[in-house]
Amino acid sequence: MNTSEKVAPNSLSNVASARAPKKPGTSPLGSGLEARGVHAWFGNHLAVKDVSLDFSSGTVTALIGPSGCGKSTFIRTLNRMHEFIPSAAFAGEVLLDNQDIYGTGIDVTKIRLQIGMVFQKPNPFPSMTIGENVLSGIKLAQLNVSKSEQQDLMQDCLERAGLWNEVKDRLDAQGGSLSGGQQQRLCIARSLAVKPKVLLMDEPCSALDPGSTLRIEETISQLSNSMTIIIVTHNMQQAARVSDYTAFFLSDGGPGELIEVGPTSQIFTKPRDQRTENYVSGRFG
Amino acid sequence: MSATAISTPTPSKPWVPTTKQRIPGITVAIIAIALAYVIVEVTPLKGKLGYFITFVPLITILQFLLARIRSNKKIAQDVLVSSFMWTAAFFVFLPTFSIIITTVVKGLPGLKPEIFSQTMAATSYTDPIGTGGLLHSLVGTVFVILLSIFISVPLGLLTALYLTEIKGPGSGFIQFIVQAMSGVPSVIAGLFIFSAVILTTPLEASSLLGSFALSILMVPTVTRASQEVLALIPNDLREAGLALGATQWKTVALVVVPAAKSGLLTAMILGVARIAGETAPLLFVLGGTDALNLNPFHNFNSALPLYIWKGFLIGLPESVQRAWTAILVLLILVLTLFTIARVFGPKKGKI
Repeated sequence: MNTSEKVAPNSLSNVASARAPKKPGTSPLGSGLEARGVHAWFGNHLAVKDVSLDFSSGTVTALIGPSGCGKSTFIRTLNRMHEFIPSAAFAGEVLLDNQDIYGTGIDVTKIRLQIGMVFQKPNPFPSMTIGENVLSGIKLAQLNVSKSEQQDLMQDCLERAGLWNEVKDRLDAQGGSLSGGQQQRLCIARSLAVKPKVLLMDEPCSALDPGSTLRIEETISQLSNSMTIIIVTHNMQQAARVSDYTAFFLSDGGPGELIEVGPTSQIFTKPRDQRTENYVSGRFG
Repeated sequence: MSATAISTPTPSKPWVPTTKQRIPGITVAIIAIALAYVIVEVTPLKGKLGYFITFVPLITILQFLLARIRSNKKIAQDVLVSSFMWTAAFFVFLPTFSIIITTVVKGLPGLKPEIFSQTMAATSYTDPIGTGGLLHSLVGTVFVILLSIFISVPLGLLTALYLTEIKGPGSGFIQFIVQAMSGVPSVIAGLFIFSAVILTTPLEASSLLGSFALSILMVPTVTRASQEVLALIPNDLREAGLALGATQWKTVALVVVPAAKSGLLTAMILGVARIAGETAPLLFVLGGTDALNLNPFHNFNSALPLYIWKGFLIGLPESVQRAWTAILVLLILVLTLFTIARVFGPKKGKI
């Protein structure tokens, strides 16, 4: 690791100060997620370089930055989805409740149960009904949930995702019959059913209209009381609206790096780094 | 132009040419027919084929010239290429319709109820139509097709899953073998089972061994068709399954395969279509019999292709009639199997 002294002060030291302004939620959600010196490669190409970030439990963190800055790659290292790309490689540590998820003897399927993910494109399972989609995680992860509990769980997840009122009369319809925004909320409900501690969202609103985006943002605010949320977004207003902390990623042609992290209000009003200011003020990107 | 003059417009289709606009096109077609007639009369070209090979180029050239005169070069090119498409499509459909019509016309006279209730055990192929039947061959064909499905569909599907989902070691080599296998001449498949099973083990020719030989042909077809269907399933769905804490096996079984089920059924149908009419592989491994054998695992059995082959081999009018009827029955059988699969199989989904 040839970490330059230029990168270090922007990552760890800022995290320490960033934690101060808003304390994590009061519910006992564990100690959150911590990335330590994360590097990610595709073949020989280094896509993410030395990113260290703390995600305190019960907070919403937005990852912003121009296309190709490595934020999507970084978020996929947080629940080990990165390794599905055949040429992928990784270095560093990701600690969930102080345990390295890349450690030896770790059951990766258990990790993904605790760290759920919502993708850019709504992807409900086409062969399943709305109800089955919500409960698909129970079957897929082979969890033991009784039939009666499953019904309650389904309603609870759909309510938390803000979709219950729209679909309660047609739970047996195909997931694909919903609109794009509803499908995305269905995918959020599906992720909630396995009760994750952390929810990763990779540009969840980029394919949606403003109305659906608003509904999803409301959902995010409600969910942030009970879990840690990390959201990648291209929409800076969205980052400002939903997140407690914002991390700015940038690539100057080389690997993506973390430039600055801090409380969202600070990043958008008085960022420390000139590049962050240029980006959030719309001078580029 | 007062506001009250606005009325509901009558729906029309301005893009469809009117009869008047069609006149030049129809004239050109009539000229082409007339010219074709003249050419066939003066040159040694004779018969339906003569008309066909003069008419098609004539109409193509005349249509092109007409379009060239009436409009610009681009439209003329469009007309020319369209003509080629229509001709090519016609050439593809012609044999299909020809086969179906010929089979029905020639097979229908022998289609009597007793052919489904009798065998050839007590009848000679040259006996008059109305005695004997092909029940034994029909049963034999159903046996080999069903057994081949039981053997080839799991093998083909699992191979396809290995190649598209697991992409494990040796995938490239297996892919190569599968492609090579789909080029194996069918008689070789029969000879292989004959030399590998019948000559070296106590097993004797039966429907089971027939289905072994047919499976050699069916597995690559099912594998390649399944692979193409599985490749169409978006990667998002696999990732969504895995992100919910599923193992790869659960993701494939509960997400990927259900999403592809309609296409996988088509893969199975393609496999059955590949083997249903095969005669050569069965010559060595089915035994061939004129009596009904209801045990697919023991003793010689028959199949419709064998029955057809025998009928034509004898070559007398009654035996040839029997063969044509058997072809018709085989056609109906395959059609019935496909219909059953479509009706009772998974409903058409997204793929």
